[in-house]
Amino acid sequence: MCGATQLWELEMGRYLTTMRLFWSNAFGVLLEYQFNFLIEFFAMLASLIGSIFILSLFFVEGQSLGGWSWEAALVVQGFYTLLDGVTNTWLRPNLGAIVNYVREGTLDFVLLKPIDSQFWVSVRTLAPTGIPEIALGIVLILWAASKAGAEFSFGVLFVTSMMLLVSCIILYSLWFLIAATTIWFVKTWNATEVLRALLAAGRFPVVAYPPILRIIFTVLLPIAFLTTVPAEVILGQSATYTLLLGWLLALIAFFLSRIFWNFALSFYTSASS
Amino acid sequence: MRVAGLSPQVIKALFSTQYANMLEYRAEIALWALSGVLPFIMLTLWSQHDGGNSLAYQGSDLSRYFLSAFLVRQFSVVWVVFSFEEDALFGRLSPYILQPLHPLWRYVASHLAEQVTRFPFAFGIALIFFLLNPASFWLPSFWQLLLAWLATFFSFTIGFLLQSLIASLCFWNERASALERLLFVPYLFLSGLLAPLIAFPSDVLKFANWTPFPYLIDFPARVLAGLPVDILSGFLSQLFWIFCLLPAVLILWRLGVRRYTAMGA
Repeated sequence: MCGATQLWELEMGRYLTTMRLFWSNAFGVLLEYQFNFLIEFFAMLASLIGSIFILSLFFVEGQSLGGWSWEAALVVQGFYTLLDGVTNTWLRPNLGAIVNYVREGTLDFVLLKPIDSQFWVSVRTLAPTGIPEIALGIVLILWAASKAGAEFSFGVLFVTSMMLLVSCIILYSLWFLIAATTIWFVKTWNATEVLRALLAAGRFPVVAYPPILRIIFTVLLPIAFLTTVPAEVILGQSATYTLLLGWLLALIAFFLSRIFWNFALSFYTSASS
Repeated sequence: MRVAGLSPQVIKALFSTQYANMLEYRAEIALWALSGVLPFIMLTLWSQHDGGNSLAYQGSDLSRYFLSAFLVRQFSVVWVVFSFEEDALFGRLSPYILQPLHPLWRYVASHLAEQVTRFPFAFGIALIFFLLNPASFWLPSFWQLLLAWLATFFSFTIGFLLQSLIASLCFWNERASALERLLFVPYLFLSGLLAPLIAFPSDVLKFANWTPFPYLIDFPARVLAGLPVDILSGFLSQLFWIFCLLPAVLILWRLGVRRYTAMGA
């Protein structure tokens, strides 16, 4: 019994060390391209200003967006910015590369490594250029939420970060499911672009959409849980059952991605065969 | 007889090879077509919004505007900077530069071939749109269609020249495609893809009209949708941008080629 725990700890340590190596390597690469970092930063800032401008068009003459006030809608925008930063930092560089492994046959080497292949392809690298976007998202969330009259008790912040974790897991799983299909359709990496386009719907509170889309964005493609639900939590408007539903969805999505990866791998025939 | 390195045979060869290449990847192109759904997402928001009054376009006008914006975007998408960067990095550019044909023509051909391949998918999406939203159905007149096509083609030309300008910078910095982001962001917000420009506050509108972006989506989309638009000044602005950008691209390219070091060779 004791031996099993020790072994598990050893395994965890090994995975953490690997991850640290990967990511410090990524930071090293970043320093090679400082100019790009600056460009990315400006583009991100301009993009945020543009999004807030478009959002403001819905609020002329004291109107609201699906019953959400300007400040509350900004909180949603903040969560979108934060998750977009997560996508750019973590998901896109890693999961976007899967298609290259498949096309060039280098997935063989990944599969031969004595480490979980889903782990390897998911944390192989990091694009630190997205980190300022994450920071800006957090600032926007806190600022807009305080303007909207939210109270930052420990409980609220704790539940919000839990829900943020749920959003990240759902987002990761969606990306991973799409990315794993490249095992069959080598050239369809742009399926992730379709996903990105659809996820852009998360910039706005889900009640602003027509009823049919609301259902789709809650159940089929859980965009509501990515931005609207965390925003409701920090604004103190959410019901307990949505939180439980969120966790349930996140767990289901994660295990689906895991099952699907193993299923997809059983079809992998290497590049030259 | 060759004009700018082009003769009928060259055009035919370029286009037919690029078209065959694009047909191979039609699934990919279908997905690219689908990834342009953003105007539809914005349409559902705007049409649901109680203050549609502030927008000046209402009901079917709004639907037509966003469908037109979608279609214009479909046929003016440009990715030359990415292709070019890859070709320069992998050394594929070297043989192209040796040919008695400006390498940019090759990219023009591949974009046009892609548009032809994309046509059925865009058409299908438009049909589905009308099935879901029959009230918005309209058939533009022949002249309207011709003008809209011309405006879209000019929009593609401006987009292509803008990106070629950045692509030429690849001769100096091999990661120049990062600069494309600086172009894409104002394009996204000022072109009219997310909201018709008529909804913009007048100061922002004035500023936007000084940039080429409104002539990339908003102007051709309004022509196609049959919404009120100043056709003459729109076309003049488009031509103005083309005549400014074309020499700039050619000069920058010429300067860049001198610096070319044939990476990967």
